[in-house]
Amino acid sequence: MIRSITKQKGMEEILGLLESFQRLFIVGCGTCVTLCRTGGVQEVEEMARRLGKEGKLVTGTMVIPVACDEISQEALKEHEEPIEQAHALLVMTCAFGVQTIGRQLQIPVIPALDTLFIGKERGIGIFEEVCTQCGDCILGETGGLCPVTNCHKGLVNGPCGGTNNGKCEIDPDKDCAWTLIYERLRAQGRLDRMRRFQPPRNHQVCPRPGRMTIVQ
Amino acid sequence: MARLAGAAEDRSMPQAETAVMASDGSKKGAGEMGLRFREILHSGRFVVTSEIGPPKGTNLEKMIHHIELLKDKVDALNVTDHQSSVMRYPSIGGALLVKEHGGEPILQMTCRDRNRLALQADLLFAYSRGIRNVLCLTGDSVVVGDHKEAKGVFDLDSCQLLRAIRTLEKGKDLGGNDLDGAVEFCAGAIVTPEAKPLEPQLIKFEKKVEAGAEFIQTQAVYDLDNFWRFMEYARPFGVKILAGIILLTSWRMAEYMNKNVPGVFVPQSLIEEMKTAPKGKAVEKGVEIAGRMIRTLKEGKICDGVHIMAIGREEAVPEILREAGLEGGTGG
Repeated sequence: MIRSITKQKGMEEILGLLESFQRLFIVGCGTCVTLCRTGGVQEVEEMARRLGKEGKLVTGTMVIPVACDEISQEALKEHEEPIEQAHALLVMTCAFGVQTIGRQLQIPVIPALDTLFIGKERGIGIFEEVCTQCGDCILGETGGLCPVTNCHKGLVNGPCGGTNNGKCEIDPDKDCAWTLIYERLRAQGRLDRMRRFQPPRNHQVCPRPGRMTIVQ
Repeated sequence: MARLAGAAEDRSMPQAETAVMASDGSKKGAGEMGLRFREILHSGRFVVTSEIGPPKGTNLEKMIHHIELLKDKVDALNVTDHQSSVMRYPSIGGALLVKEHGGEPILQMTCRDRNRLALQADLLFAYSRGIRNVLCLTGDSVVVGDHKEAKGVFDLDSCQLLRAIRTLEKGKDLGGNDLDGAVEFCAGAIVTPEAKPLEPQLIKFEKKVEAGAEFIQTQAVYDLDNFWRFMEYARPFGVKILAGIILLTSWRMAEYMNKNVPGVFVPQSLIEEMKTAPKGKAVEKGVEIAGRMIRTLKEGKICDGVHIMAIGREEAVPEILREAGLEGGTGG
């Protein structure tokens, strides 16, 4: 299941963003940010406590089950009054949620979180990015391991010269994607794929921002 | 100095006006279009290159001093391109300075900072200003440097950059468009002969050769038995290989590199030898070791030459050459 992986902004930054807003309504989400412990029930309550201490007036709080779902509009309607009393919404969801809510209401939305990557849970509390949506999938060439995502430099003709005992130049705890790809292809008897020259990537398969409409 | 004097006579290269369409991009004959470094690579003599690191700023005094110090003692001088992702005066500027001072520059180009448009444009510019040698590198990550928040580009990698050069030589750019005036370069790449694991690195080495690398400057080697084994594997590929020599300045530096620099392994015996140096004489010991290694490589005909990286100790390079018996040129 893909998840939006977030980290809470520092309180100094949040308070700075909220400087011109005295009355706040706090919104969390029951899905990815609950998993990441950045915007679930507990975190929303803690934030309300903290903002109260900082002299803000919290008009109310809510945790939307899936904030980025279009029908979150309905959930927000149930809290219409306390939202109307607020100067701004402090949104403790990933950027998908912040933008969904921001589109649905007039009131300013302030993000309390930074969205780090779209990834998946590998173990309890362990999240990894596996796909960066390049639009030109070469997983068949690399034994099912994405070098565009897992190689820090996104190399398709790897490894680079910084590879170090199967670890990455940037972090001794991070595996070198191309060492993993090499081992996988070797085990499959398909090292010829690694020997193949991969041409420069098409970075504009889907000029950003991505949009797609299915024509009926 | 006879050979160098001869070379000095034809140091001025003909300016490219309309470049002639080059040949098919594969192994080229020596001497075409005045590619002096390519001629040297094919001359059969033991090639020596070294490197210049540009300054962080516009004060070019030190760089010019190092160029003057080394230009007549080595066959070519690399100019590094934001080495270790530290922002510096550009390698192309340094390469032009080397040329202006009568040296033979090797332009180092990484793929970290520029997309394919900028890289191709820089190649056109370099060619137009008489630069004929390029070392193609992927580049270190920005996070190891001094602008850790910058965007790393990596639109191309080292193999793709080599191919890009060979494409430009055929009169076309990477978009498939015709060029009004092509280029020609002696292009090279790097390899880490002691990478662990080694096989992925060797696969990459072969791809670089296939992509058009005609010379290789290796990461620093210290264990010559291991290097000899690497050369047994690499020699049949026909590409000219210059062994990387990094001057050891202290035993602590050796240990630091063992711990921190991928693919560099200073054997314990050399660390112990560095420790025997009297106080204040560690660099001399390092020079002795470097000179001895170069001599061994040359006399054993183990590879085609060396690439000396003195990293801030450029003053020591002439001494290293003296220790190696290469003072007064690399003739032979």
